[in-house]
Amino acid sequence: MALLEIQGLRARVEGNEILKGVDLRVEAGAVHAVMGPNGSGKSTLAHVIAGRPGYEVTDGSITFEGRDLLALAADERARAGVFLAFQYPVEIPGVTNTTFLRHALNAQRAERGEAALDPIEFVRMLRDKMRALDITENLLKRPVNVGFSGGEKKRNEILQMAVLEPRLAVLDETDSGLDIDALRVVADGVNALRSSARGMLLITHYQRVLTYVVPDHVHVFAGGVIVASGGKDLASELEEKGYADFVGAAAA
Amino acid sequence: MTARTTQSWPTDEGLIAAERAADAGPEWVAETRRQGLRIFRDEGVPHAKIEAWKYTGVNGLVGIGFDPQGTVPEVVIPPPPPLAGLEDAYHLVFVNGRFAPRLSDLDGLPQGAALEPLTAADPNPPEAVRAYLGRILELDGMPFAALNTAFWTEGCLVSLDDGCALSRPIHLVSIAAGGETPAMFAPRTLVVVGRGARATIVESHLGATAAPTFSNAVVEVVAADGAVVEHYKRVEGGESGFHTGASAVRLGADASYDGFALTLGGRLVRNEYRMTLASPGAECRINGAYAAFGDSHVDNTTLIDHVAAGATSREIFMGVIGDTARGVFQGKIRVRKHAQKTDGHQLHKAILLSSGAEVDAKPELEIYADDVKCTHGATAGKLDETMLFYLLSRGIPESDAQRMLIQAFLSGALDEIRHADVREALRGALNKTVDDATRNLRDDQ
Ligand SMILES: Nc1ncnc2c1ncn2[C@@H]1O[C@H](COP(=O)(O)OP(=O)(O)O)[C@@H](O)[C@H]1O
Ligand SMILES: [Mg+2]
Repeated sequence: MALLEIQGLRARVEGNEILKGVDLRVEAGAVHAVMGPNGSGKSTLAHVIAGRPGYEVTDGSITFEGRDLLALAADERARAGVFLAFQYPVEIPGVTNTTFLRHALNAQRAERGEAALDPIEFVRMLRDKMRALDITENLLKRPVNVGFSGGEKKRNEILQMAVLEPRLAVLDETDSGLDIDALRVVADGVNALRSSARGMLLITHYQRVLTYVVPDHVHVFAGGVIVASGGKDLASELEEKGYADFVGAAAA
Repeated sequence: MTARTTQSWPTDEGLIAAERAADAGPEWVAETRRQGLRIFRDEGVPHAKIEAWKYTGVNGLVGIGFDPQGTVPEVVIPPPPPLAGLEDAYHLVFVNGRFAPRLSDLDGLPQGAALEPLTAADPNPPEAVRAYLGRILELDGMPFAALNTAFWTEGCLVSLDDGCALSRPIHLVSIAAGGETPAMFAPRTLVVVGRGARATIVESHLGATAAPTFSNAVVEVVAADGAVVEHYKRVEGGESGFHTGASAVRLGADASYDGFALTLGGRLVRNEYRMTLASPGAECRINGAYAAFGDSHVDNTTLIDHVAAGATSREIFMGVIGDTARGVFQGKIRVRKHAQKTDGHQLHKAILLSSGAEVDAKPELEIYADDVKCTHGATAGKLDETMLFYLLSRGIPESDAQRMLIQAFLSGALDEIRHADVREALRGALNKTVDDATRNLRDDQ
C-alpha cells in the first residue's frame, strides 16, 4: 500500500479549475520533488492535500495509508500524520511559538492516546531540535512568526515538522527566498527527518535545493497536471532546458 | 429633554417616597439625592430615540419590575473564590449592595489610607465624602446614575492622603444574588487619591444566581496632582444579571489613570466612563475587553473630555461576540478650545463568531482646538481564516484553535493593563470564560 495515492484529482479555487487531473503515488521512505513554474498550481495541490477550506475537489481521490483523506477535516488529517510546511507561514499575534507547538504536539499525542506533555517536559524535548535548526530560545517566546525574518519563518516550519514527526510531509517552497547558509540549515533539517517510514513531497521552483536534499523521484508540474516524471536527473534536465518545453506539453 | 411619558418605571409613588426619604435623611446626602431625582424625572428611562441609548434598549430591564427601594433579599452565600492572583489584596465585599464584614479583609492598611464601607444614613461622614460625593459625576444624560444618586444606601470609600502609596491592590467585590423577588441595588463608590499618592483598585461585579438582579453602580474618582490610579473593573453577571455602571474620573495635573473594563457575562451590561482631563499633563488610559455569548448585551460608552492643554488619552476596546450576543461601543473624545497639544487615540475592534452576533461601534471626535493629535478607528470581522487553518493544519482541533485565537485577540487589549498581577488575574478570568464558551461550541457540533 502506498503512503499517499492521488488519482485523477481535480480541484477548483473560487470557481477556477486549478488542478486538472493529478496522479501521484508516494511510497513510505521516498522523497518526491515536484517542480513547476509559478502559478502552475503547486501550492493548490499542497493545500488540497492539507484540507484547506475553500478548495473544492470536483473529481478524483486522495488516499493516505489506505484512508480516504478527502473525508477528513484539516485538523484530522494533521493528526493522522499529514504535515504541510507553508510557502508563506502565517503570523499569529498573541500566541507564543512555544504554546502553539505544545498545543499541536499534545493534540497529536491525545489522538494516539498518549498523555499531554507539560510545559517543562515539552521545552526539554524541544531543546535538541532547536539547536539543530539554529533556533534560539527567544524565537520560541515570541508570537508565532510575528516579526520573524524569511529564513526564521522557514526554519520554524521545519521545527514544527521535527516536533510533530509526520508520516507525510509536504514542503511548499521551503527553499524559496533563503540564502545559501539558511538553505543548508533547512536542508539538513529535512534530511534529518528522512526515514523509511516517512514520505516527503518537496515542492520547489528551483533545482538548487535538490543538490542538498537529493530526491528519489522528480515530477514536473505545469498547468495543473504532472507533465513528466523521472529520477533525480530530470531536475538537472529541467534546469538546462527551462520549463518552456514542459509547459508546452501541458497545453498540447 | 422630554418629560418621562413612555415608561412608568419606577412608579411615581416610588419617586415621591424617595423624595420624602431624601428630606428625612442627613443634609449632606439630601441635596444630591434631590438633584438625582430631578434629573431622572426630567430624562426618564432612556429609549432608542435618545442618541446615547440608540443601540442599548432597556425594555428587558424595565419589564422585570425591579424596585429601586425594595428590600433586597438577605442571602447568605459562601465566600466567593478569590480571583486567582489577587489573593493578597484588601477585600471589601458587598452582597446585594450590603457590606459583608465576614467576607471582607481590611487588615494591614498603612497610615494615611482609608478603606471603609459608607452609608447614606451616616450623619457624620468623612470629610472626603462631604467634599466630593456626587460632585464629580455630572448627571445630565445619565439617567441610571441619577437613579443611583437618588436611591443609594451603601457604598464604600477609598481615600489616600497625599503621598500615600498602597502596595497591595484593593479588591471591591459586589455580588448580586437574586431571590424570590428581583434584587436591585445601587452601590456607590468614592475614590479620593491625594497628591502623588498611588492606588490600585479592582472592582468585581459578580452574579451568584440565575434569578434577576440589577446592580446600578456609580464610581467617582478624584486624582489630585501627580496621583497614580489604576482602576480595573470586571463584570461577570449571571444570565439574568443587569449591570449599569457609571465611572466618573477627574484627573489633576500630571496625574495618571490606567483603567480597564473587562466584561465576561451578564444579560445587559453598560460600562460608562466620563473622564475629565481638567489639568495639564494628565494621562488617561481607559481600555477594555469583552466576551459576549448567549444573548448577552455588552455596551461600553466613554467620554474623554480634554479640558486642559497637553493631556494624553489612550483607549482600546476589543470584543468577541458569539451566538446572538450584541456588542456596543460608543467612544467620544472631546477636545475643548483651550486643550491645545492634546494627544488622544481611540480604537475599537470586534470579532463576530456567528451570523447572529452583532456589533455597533460609534467612535466620535469632537474637536474645538486646532493644534491636536487625535485618531480613532473601529474594525469588525470574523476570526482570521488563514490563522485558523494554520492551527488546524498542525492538528489542533477547531474549538481549541478558535479558543486560542479569541484569547490571543483579546490579549491585544488585556496587555494594556499596567498592573502585572491584575493583568494576569483578569487574563485567567477571561480565559476561563472563553474556554467554557468554545467548549460549548464543540458540544453543539
Ligand atoms: N485563494 C485563491 N483564490 C483565487 N485564486 C487562487 C488562490 N490561490 C491560488 N489561486 C490561483 O491558482 C493558480 C495556482 O496558484 P498556486 O497553486 O499558488 O501556484 P504555484 O504554487 O504553483 O505558484 C494561480 O493562477 C493563482 O492565481
Ligand atoms: Mg506556490
